[in-house]
Amino acid sequence: MQIFLPIADIPVNVFLVLAMGLAVGFISGMFGIGGGFLMTPLLIFIGVQPAVAVASVTTHVAASSFSGAIAYWRRNALDVTLALTLLAGGIVGSAGGVALFTWLRALDQLDLMIGLSYVTLLGIVGLLMVGESVRAIVRTHFGGPAVLRRPGSHAWFLGLPLKLRFKRSKIYASAIPVLGIGFIIGFLGAIMGIGGGFLLVPMLIYLLRVPTGTVIGTSMVLTFLTMLSATILHAATNHLVDAVLALILMVGGVIGAQFGAHAGQRIRGEWLRLMLGLLVLAVGLRFAFELIVRPEDLYSIRIIGSSP
Amino acid sequence: MKRAFAAALALAGLGAVPAAAAEHLITALSDHRVLITSNYSGVELVLFGSVERDDESPLRKGPYDIVATITGPRETLRARRKSRVLGIWVNTRARTFVDAPSYLAVLASGPLEVITNAEDRRRLQVGLTDTPLPELIHNDIGQVANDPFRGELIRLMRERGLYSEEPNAVTFLTPTLFRAAIKLPAEVPIGNYQVDVKLFAEGKMLARTDSTFDIVKVGFEQFVVNAAQEHGLLYGFATALMALLTGWIASVAFRRD
Repeated sequence: MQIFLPIADIPVNVFLVLAMGLAVGFISGMFGIGGGFLMTPLLIFIGVQPAVAVASVTTHVAASSFSGAIAYWRRNALDVTLALTLLAGGIVGSAGGVALFTWLRALDQLDLMIGLSYVTLLGIVGLLMVGESVRAIVRTHFGGPAVLRRPGSHAWFLGLPLKLRFKRSKIYASAIPVLGIGFIIGFLGAIMGIGGGFLLVPMLIYLLRVPTGTVIGTSMVLTFLTMLSATILHAATNHLVDAVLALILMVGGVIGAQFGAHAGQRIRGEWLRLMLGLLVLAVGLRFAFELIVRPEDLYSIRIIGSSP
Repeated sequence: MKRAFAAALALAGLGAVPAAAAEHLITALSDHRVLITSNYSGVELVLFGSVERDDESPLRKGPYDIVATITGPRETLRARRKSRVLGIWVNTRARTFVDAPSYLAVLASGPLEVITNAEDRRRLQVGLTDTPLPELIHNDIGQVANDPFRGELIRLMRERGLYSEEPNAVTFLTPTLFRAAIKLPAEVPIGNYQVDVKLFAEGKMLARTDSTFDIVKVGFEQFVVNAAQEHGLLYGFATALMALLTGWIASVAFRRD
């Protein structure tokens, strides 16, 4: 069944988009991530303009992370103070990202920027995850010594001024690195159409030493709030959010996420991280391939505006 | 119909056609309003026409020929070329085309170079190669002859089905009655479309008619586009609310405790 997307201005098959929402939702539920980094490339692949894809996926990720955040809220597994501090940085980052997005679009370099950010970010994160999970798998299988985290070891940036107490996470740290992390996530999210969960979770664990009990829930809250503000900013400045597309995606996404969450609980953590790492790496390579290999068509056209 | 008749008369009066009372052209479109609804995936309009002769029309040596040019709303297009910079492919050069047709179909009853000569094709702007596509050069607007970007723009638009030139699209059902199908892919923009039909015989243009049709978004589609364009912030809040509702409904529906 074809449906005409009013903002993307193309007809798409509802069931195809719904299936994409289900599949990405399944993966996001399984790994506890938003799934924007998979959804945006998929939409570009079926012919949605990159700019519309990025803007509409922010809405989709807002919905799926909201339902996730509610679940963690019920279990009291999130740190509101931490999420709000991250958000303060995140909103500034989103605004900066949307501004850069608008500027690059005018320069004809938006597609390049989206491609480059995907390659670098997914390449690095994917490699780190694969490396870490392979070491963990080797350790559990061959019984090597587990690396113990020394309690009380603090990175220098946690000792900066403006100290805040994050009660639920049991940490007492400077607000500056927290705001900085929020800014990075918000900025990248706006440009790449990703929630940044797969970046935020390791950052919170390794940099801020947030305990694993609150990390996913807090990340969900932040993802939800930054994506919600990115949606509004994209709608207000670039007029590119396709509500119809976003709605189909989120319906598929929230359903898929439920099944994914079930499947995820049956797989050991390190194998799950290895799979996610490989997936992230594969998407990164796909983008690298596009940038490096000579394009089939050197020319492209873009509609700048309609004449009066 | 009256307008077409008047146009033909006006042309005759201006002396654009041979002296003796020439043929008139009467055309009709199967639809003057194409509605884009949620299941829209392109449409095909039919152009009908008849060559009206009277007692004073001279006898023609050859058959009649028709060239119909359908022009969509004008827009500013940017053609970009990629080249390799530091090992990756980047858009490096670009040209801006001002007031380019968003849709351009040239439908004819035969090869254009057979229907009329090169000079008339240029003068009457018949065919894709003779359609002006002005470019923005610094702050001026002008035509650039032999610009590769122009050719590439036409090629890309043709590949997307937005530009076309079909020498066999107009068929004569009788020596004076013809029809042509106007194929509008789903990607065509909304707005006003001009249909310009020219009648040729013996290499000369005899008559010409103009008509228009509109492609409009209606109902929900129109509402969404309007909201997104005119009330961006409000639209943003509405989509955000939609995301909240969907997320909340999902968490309630799948609640496991």
